[in-house]
Amino acid sequence: MEKILYLAHTQPDGTLPKIAFEVLSAALELTQKLSGATLSAGLIGGDVQTAANAIAGAGAAKILGVAGPDFASSRYASDAEALQVLIRQSGATLVIAPATSRFSRAMPGAAYRLNGRTDTHVSGFETDGGKLSIQRWYYRQRMMATMTRTTRPWILLMDSGVFQPWQGKTGTASVELVPVALTEKAKRTQVLGFQAPAVSQQTIRPDAELLFVAGAGWTKKQSDGQTHVKEAEQLILDFLAKTQASLGSSKSLVDQSTEGAAVLSCLSHLNQVGQTGSTPRHPKGLATCCHGEEPHVVGWRFINERRAVNLDPNCGWAQGKADVLYVADAFQVMKKVNELAGKECVVQAK
Amino acid sequence: MSSGFHIVVCGSLVPDPLQTLEPIAGPAGPALKNEMMLPSVLDPWAAHALYEAAHLAKTAAGSKVWLVSLGPKAKLQQLMMTIAQKAPFELVVVDGSASGFTDPFEAAAALASAIEKIPGLDRSRLLVFGGCASASRDASVTMQMIGEQLGIADQFLGVDELTVQPSGAFKVLERIEGGQYQASECAGAPAVLAWATGNLPEPPNNPQVGMANMRGIMPALQKAQPAKVGAEGVTFAKVELPQQKRETRIVKDVPVEEIAKEIITWIKG
Repeated sequence: MEKILYLAHTQPDGTLPKIAFEVLSAALELTQKLSGATLSAGLIGGDVQTAANAIAGAGAAKILGVAGPDFASSRYASDAEALQVLIRQSGATLVIAPATSRFSRAMPGAAYRLNGRTDTHVSGFETDGGKLSIQRWYYRQRMMATMTRTTRPWILLMDSGVFQPWQGKTGTASVELVPVALTEKAKRTQVLGFQAPAVSQQTIRPDAELLFVAGAGWTKKQSDGQTHVKEAEQLILDFLAKTQASLGSSKSLVDQSTEGAAVLSCLSHLNQVGQTGSTPRHPKGLATCCHGEEPHVVGWRFINERRAVNLDPNCGWAQGKADVLYVADAFQVMKKVNELAGKECVVQAK
Repeated sequence: MSSGFHIVVCGSLVPDPLQTLEPIAGPAGPALKNEMMLPSVLDPWAAHALYEAAHLAKTAAGSKVWLVSLGPKAKLQQLMMTIAQKAPFELVVVDGSASGFTDPFEAAAALASAIEKIPGLDRSRLLVFGGCASASRDASVTMQMIGEQLGIADQFLGVDELTVQPSGAFKVLERIEGGQYQASECAGAPAVLAWATGNLPEPPNNPQVGMANMRGIMPALQKAQPAKVGAEGVTFAKVELPQQKRETRIVKDVPVEEIAKEIITWIKG
């Protein structure tokens, strides 16, 4: 029988991020499907009571917590130690946790200290015959494996957007606080805070309905033999303002900033999607001026509805990958789209 | 930082991203069709780590860079023909599987053991660099486990910027959710930094650097230690390519206004 531990960490305001509720749904489903399995929860943060109250109605047998100033922010040494202590204290054989940047950094260290194993980017599971198998991608979302492990504890970091967020009742939870002693060695790193990349404005919106992907074609010479980078940037930013879309970019476009070519100042490497970028999940995606084959197209692997604007009808970004390909000049199309959209937002964020 | 850093970059080969990949069932688990024949490149994020290491070594006097690679040595030899011209480094080869289907725990153990054996490595000045994930396993796990085996408590994942101060302390920018960075300050080496793309372009080929590197590369390949890297305790039920070819509707020779209207309707819907 598996002993399942659901783990989450708080945000700076003490609440849980959306992905934590998604993974709670996964933990509950897993507990239900694995005969005889039990579920506990573990929380990490400066103060975990608000978070514990938010999941009070989920039915975890107990809620463990590691709290205090040392655990308010995301630091490898303190997080890995806290995670190790929570997993050990719970006696968990299976651990299920959100693949946040914080847990992605620290969980492998905890797994190592427990002589356990961890799998990341988990995007689904099966429980045939009472045995857990997980699904995860390999080779940058180019192939999907279904696999299982015998080693315990087995720690799963779940990707976002796979499960619906749990929406049960809140309450007043009883948290069993677990002490974690940190050595001075574990405090050599101080978190200073957060900062935005050096771009003209923030354009990455993970919760947006629409992903707008800009390709390198925006900065190439147009039909008049000239580049129109400023105009391209204005068209894109106008569109983002009207649609509240998130901005993604092909590798070739963001690489131009390090190659001395004309660039869109609203872009950084953080916008990059694809083989060496992110693979965001949005309901819709509109790709413009993108070129490339399979490795780059993984950038919109998890986009449900896809459309593209491109001058090439055989464009690898679109043929067989998009639902609709508009063979047209993206400058003209996006200018007209912005005009028709008027001044108001046409889409609200989720 | 008067004495500089000892920078160990962990990076191996992955199939050239432009190659078609097809999973097959191998004798020891899943593998890629024609895996030994596929052209390889240095894992992209690890390559960024190597460029950042070379840049740091240039600016911090007394620094040295090692590249520790786990992979079939015959394929590593081919890869070094191009990588050797990019940045000065001393190669350490661990002769084993570079398959994405091996377990990061086992890969980390092999790499950490190789690092521990590097002659003259000053662990108090050690910075272990690597990619934030490989383009094969894509787990974002291996670097942390290497750090654990080496007893390194300060670790960073998704690094885009490292700024070293005169005291040897350094500031790090790590990628986090929502297109933001987390800024941290670390008291100094030793530390593990798993890089995202960083801010440096790919260096141009430098034949002089290549010649200097090659003097050490062939002996390193000859001295390669074999390592058994697999996936103990893992059973793969299946590995398959996603079958989701879409029927793309091509809209051509249509006025821009009509296209724009259709896009707006679609976005609103």
